[in-house]
Amino acid sequence: MSELRLMKGNEAIAEAAIRYGVDGYFGYPITPQSEVMETLMDLRPWESTGMVVLQAESEIASINMMYGGAGCGKKVMTSSSSPGISLMQEGLSYLAGAELPCVVVNVVRGGPGLGTIQPAQSDYAQAVNGGGHGDYNLIVLAPSSVQEMADFVELAFELAFKYRNPAMILSDGMIGQMMEKVELKPQKTRMSNEEIAEKYPWATTGKPSSRERNIITSVELDPYAFERFNNKVQAKYKQMHKEDVRFEQFQCEDAEYLLVAYGSSARICQKSVQLLREKGIKAGLLRPITLFPFPGVELEKLAGQVKGMLAVELSAGQLVRDVRLAVNGKVPVEHFGRMGGVIHSPEEVVEALEKNFLKG
Amino acid sequence: MALEVKDIIKPENLVYAKTKLLTERMLHYCPGCTHGVVNKLIAEVIDELNIQEDTIGVTPVGCSVLLYNYIEIDWHEAAHGRAPAVGTGIKRLRPEKYVFTYQGDGDLAAIGTAETIHACNRGENMLMVFINNGIYGMTGGQMAPTTLEGMKASTCPFGRDVEHDGNPLNMTSIVATLPGTCYVTRQAAHTAPAVRKLKKALRKAFENQKDKKGTSFIEVVATCSSGWKMNPVQSNKWMEANMFPIYPLGDIKDV
Ligand SMILES: Cc1ncc(C[n+]2csc(CCOP(=O)(O)OP(=O)(O)O)c2C)c(N)n1
Repeated sequence: MSELRLMKGNEAIAEAAIRYGVDGYFGYPITPQSEVMETLMDLRPWESTGMVVLQAESEIASINMMYGGAGCGKKVMTSSSSPGISLMQEGLSYLAGAELPCVVVNVVRGGPGLGTIQPAQSDYAQAVNGGGHGDYNLIVLAPSSVQEMADFVELAFELAFKYRNPAMILSDGMIGQMMEKVELKPQKTRMSNEEIAEKYPWATTGKPSSRERNIITSVELDPYAFERFNNKVQAKYKQMHKEDVRFEQFQCEDAEYLLVAYGSSARICQKSVQLLREKGIKAGLLRPITLFPFPGVELEKLAGQVKGMLAVELSAGQLVRDVRLAVNGKVPVEHFGRMGGVIHSPEEVVEALEKNFLKG
Repeated sequence: MALEVKDIIKPENLVYAKTKLLTERMLHYCPGCTHGVVNKLIAEVIDELNIQEDTIGVTPVGCSVLLYNYIEIDWHEAAHGRAPAVGTGIKRLRPEKYVFTYQGDGDLAAIGTAETIHACNRGENMLMVFINNGIYGMTGGQMAPTTLEGMKASTCPFGRDVEHDGNPLNMTSIVATLPGTCYVTRQAAHTAPAVRKLKKALRKAFENQKDKKGTSFIEVVATCSSGWKMNPVQSNKWMEANMFPIYPLGDIKDV
């Protein structure tokens, strides 16, 4: 049965993971996301669904435990925040190189360095460009509500397994910590080892005489073979752009100015659109839900309609680069954002749009 | 009377054969390298215990990175030093499987120190095989955490100076102090008796998993003729004279 609850975003992630039938969670504490593992340890899913939950000695260990579990064809996830995600980058590159599905939640805090525990969106570039070494990308989903924190666990796993590629839920300290009403889906049963062996013939399930041995690896020393592999991976990213771009439009039909924002910033921008419209300025909002694959085609279309775009993000300007690439000079694209854990107000966004496009 | 070659090779006279778990791939190791011997022993033990279908091996980054080419089981190739974490993930999600990691000294005792100690301390119910050749073989003979005092390597070309480079690290003694380990032993593979003892240790370690006893940890004191710049015979002699006093053979813990 589905259930209505008032929860924090981080708690919703944990509940949704159990209900979706995740097999294993490996993590290391860091603010502002520690509630994910705390909730899991409190709920003891190993006694109900059989889900494994383990506190690792570091984020390096947690991503590599995920690597092992994902190789077995299991649904594995971890969550962390910015500094911890930086430590996971080598592991994520291996997971992508070995073509393994998994889900990583980044409840972003302000950086660089130890930075702040306040919310930020300053890990955008790391997330959408792969983050580690080599030519690869993560599937990146950006929730903007507690409900989406819960729902995107399932979506992230579905996409990760569809493409055999790691997926990231790129959240932030605001969505992770705030409480909202959330509808939790009914409990699903976890896949059995037999189902896994049948459905995922690549997994390390133990070699029976009926098949060749399965080897999970990312090493290929023959450059021509490795170029072929890279081409295959790039083809997956192309397919993602064709089939799995997700976004939401808010009052875009007649918009003359477009705000582009994701996650917590998009929530603020909805209010800004309303304030701008009250002032007689026809503003709209495009909220990318998938940051990779990015809704560039949609933005390009809107570039033919609007007079200017303003990328609004809690960073020095990372999303704005993708918007500029998408519209390719067709329309002016400006940036507004606060940094270091400061969250902009709807009024500041209004002011920024007016300053950039209407005054002067 | 001694048998003639044509008789020796008759099936009824065979006393030894390559285990069917070893593939036909030619080994990439240098002549005299210990890795090949240990690879073969692991294949034999898995075969003799009849656990091929239930075994998942984890290879490291190092000379044995391609070990998965040689034994007919499912494999997972880990990042440098992270094999114990990868093994933990596998074992926790497939506790009924036999899981082992296989790592060199740079992998296990330098970059992967934290993963090694914590997997042992949690008592992950798996086997960790530790090939200690006192050098970084794969990257061309740099100093390892286990390089002996005075021993030359490409990054300590005048010999390891403990004041500058620190002391050789004895990881096996460290993990023996942890409550999670059930069996900790130091073995070698340079003579027939040593090989027999090592094989017995490997068998025992796999059996410990069946009995859910915790982490079994087997160090193999090994040679690296290319890295040490000696021929295989000299390497074995040098190992006996110099490595064994610092890394003495025998069981350290067996509970
Ligand atoms: C993160 C990272 N750092 C460094 C390396 C380069 N590297 C590959 S193997 C190796 C050392 C291997 O030595 P050891 O573990 O002793 O194994 P051996 O080759 O002697 O068997 C190093 C430093 C790497 N692959 N990854």
